[in-house]
Amino acid sequence: MSTTFIDEKPTQNLEAFKGVKKVPHEEYYTSGHRTCQACESAQIMKLMAKAAGPRTIVLGSTGCMYVANTSYYATPWGIPWMHTQLGSSGSGALGVAAALRVQMRKGFMKDEPINVIAFCGDGGGADMGLGAISATMTHPDYNLLILMYDNESYANTDIQISGTSPYGVNTSFSTPGKVKRIMHHRWKKNVAPLMLVGHPTCKYVGTISTSYPLQAMNNIRKALSIGGPTFIHCLNPCPKGWDFDPVLSFELGELAVNTGIWPLYEVENGKIKLYGKTEQIANGRFKRLPVRDYLLKQGRFAHFVEDDIEYFQSKIDEMWNKWLVPGVIPLQKELDADVPPAN
Amino acid sequence: MATLTMPVQEKKKVKIEDQEALITGAEAIAIACKLANVDVVTAYPIRPYDTVMQYISQLVADGEMDCEYIAAEGEHSQFEIVKHASVCGARVFCGSSGVGWMYAMEALTVTPALRVPMVAMVGNRALDDPGAFGVEHNDALAVRDLGWLLTWVDSAQEALDTALIAYRVAEDRRMFVPLAISCDGAFLTHSQALVKIPSAEQVKKFLPRYDRGDLLLHPDNVISVAPQANEDWVTEIRRQNYAVTERASDVIREVYAEFEHIFGRKYGNPFFEEYMTKDAEVVLLGMGTLSTPARVAIRKMREEGKKVGFVRLRWFRPFAGPEIAKCLERFKAIGVIDRDFSFGSPNLSGVVATELRSAMYTGSATRPPVLGFIGGLGGREITVPDLEKVADSVFDAAKGIAQPLTQWIGLRG
Repeated sequence: MSTTFIDEKPTQNLEAFKGVKKVPHEEYYTSGHRTCQACESAQIMKLMAKAAGPRTIVLGSTGCMYVANTSYYATPWGIPWMHTQLGSSGSGALGVAAALRVQMRKGFMKDEPINVIAFCGDGGGADMGLGAISATMTHPDYNLLILMYDNESYANTDIQISGTSPYGVNTSFSTPGKVKRIMHHRWKKNVAPLMLVGHPTCKYVGTISTSYPLQAMNNIRKALSIGGPTFIHCLNPCPKGWDFDPVLSFELGELAVNTGIWPLYEVENGKIKLYGKTEQIANGRFKRLPVRDYLLKQGRFAHFVEDDIEYFQSKIDEMWNKWLVPGVIPLQKELDADVPPAN
Repeated sequence: MATLTMPVQEKKKVKIEDQEALITGAEAIAIACKLANVDVVTAYPIRPYDTVMQYISQLVADGEMDCEYIAAEGEHSQFEIVKHASVCGARVFCGSSGVGWMYAMEALTVTPALRVPMVAMVGNRALDDPGAFGVEHNDALAVRDLGWLLTWVDSAQEALDTALIAYRVAEDRRMFVPLAISCDGAFLTHSQALVKIPSAEQVKKFLPRYDRGDLLLHPDNVISVAPQANEDWVTEIRRQNYAVTERASDVIREVYAEFEHIFGRKYGNPFFEEYMTKDAEVVLLGMGTLSTPARVAIRKMREEGKKVGFVRLRWFRPFAGPEIAKCLERFKAIGVIDRDFSFGSPNLSGVVATELRSAMYTGSATRPPVLGFIGGLGGREITVPDLEKVADSVFDAAKGIAQPLTQWIGLRG
């Protein structure tokens, strides 16, 4: 085989935790933050740091997990952390990986595999930083992980629409009014498939949920071990932004999966694997719950009328019944007319 | 005036052991990056700065330079990548021109606040619209209030030397701030001149390894960089950055002295360069390659008996306010030629004229008239006849004949 000029560096090769009891006790994301009660985005920070371990550098782009996490003189991070600009999780991770690599090559730094993780919210990842993440996903020789925590709005700035806000949602940029009940009529951006289809050399893309913490940690460990740039999209219920009782955070994460709204899968070296309840939905062993069960627990959908719920359900049905790769890749053999309900 | 030379496709192999080579300003900076053993370079295309990245790419491909060379997907990422690399201890280089520099503005804004010693080349270019390729200084000047150090060079030799000086200044632990080297688009970036290239050994002696120290982002040094602060701490944080600007002049002076000691090339006063000012009654003042036609014009006017000199401002940030005010107070009038504009500014002048008036108001005993001239925009040449007209007006001001505070050079009706 001819040389490719791709210079792959070894990773830490993190084995999966074999059960909850095998998860180490050490925390690298601890007290010091001031996130909301039952904040699932903070939960994934904790799981991510635990999964990655001490030889890790974390970059955090602007968002809840910057502003609420790292007040001056009160950091929760037990591993090196740096704020990166809202649209820079991709470029930040690339810069860190490049700096480590070249200094190790030149002998200015001890040669060892160091995990590089840049996290971003949906605003930083699906909106502003998408181009930079996309560019980073094409660099085969830098080992890094982009983790997008998705609370489906700009939740730190007052809950505004982002590219991953669900259809019809009430945010401070889309409050229902006297004439328009639905101000946000765009469908949620399908970010993980965007990454996997658009970047053929990327070895790992996946979705996770904080309601399945062990699985989430193990998928993060896999993404950090496989080499090259990787991407994980995590759905994080947000009591403040979604307007629900904090006691429901965990349950809403499960409901998102069980209604088929949030499919869990990983794509490893181009091979897709659905996991958890998502796999059972796909092979018919579990009947999807109605989206109504999920939507009506949240104040952000309180303005929905029956038509809206039906439309939402029809779009989810379409994901599972018509997409070529159900729940994942929105290609269809024949397109049906898409008719949203009238206001 | 210098001619525009496009980058040659077949680049000559430049041996760098005490050698003289015919190279462009951009190539001179590329060679400086190689000599400085830069670790991470990020590129994105925009004329005219980007030839420096073409040269560096070739140096990497030929095995002459060892760095991570990353072609970014936009200037914002270009500057963000090196910003992060620098926090992890790497010596970095990038650059841009015109609206490309503006596209990176967010990254440019946070870089000084993060105390990142990034060195960037600005191939000065007019801002869009109307999309002219030629030189204007408003691109680099846009960061003048943010904590960047800004210098303008006027020859390929000075470009190479200043790039080496830049790393030494920016990476000094007392500084840790970004530094931009401005090269006039085409006139300097693409014009060839004979340049003395120092040896790697000399450069090694001059330029120690960048040491991020206790600010290094690395698992062996667990720190949180750039946490969020509000009104409780922002005043103190800004004041720390301000302290850097207070120290900058001394550090720059020190580094130029060290440069002269090791390489033997003298730059005299680092902050501004005087030409035929000794017995001058009036002086013209400007930045960058304006010095080329200015020197010719001064010599011509001198032959005609007009006592006029030229001052080239080399460092815009730090602005050597008290020093330049003391220097200029002996003249009867000063004509500042701005290759930029500052719309709506006091007296509707260019940026340099406005800054200089401010410096003269507080720093000079005599406060001679400071006339502003705006010209050479979008890459238009400032010719010898243009400068003679400028000088006439400055002489009139010196005689007490009232002159407009701002005039546009060679403006067509």
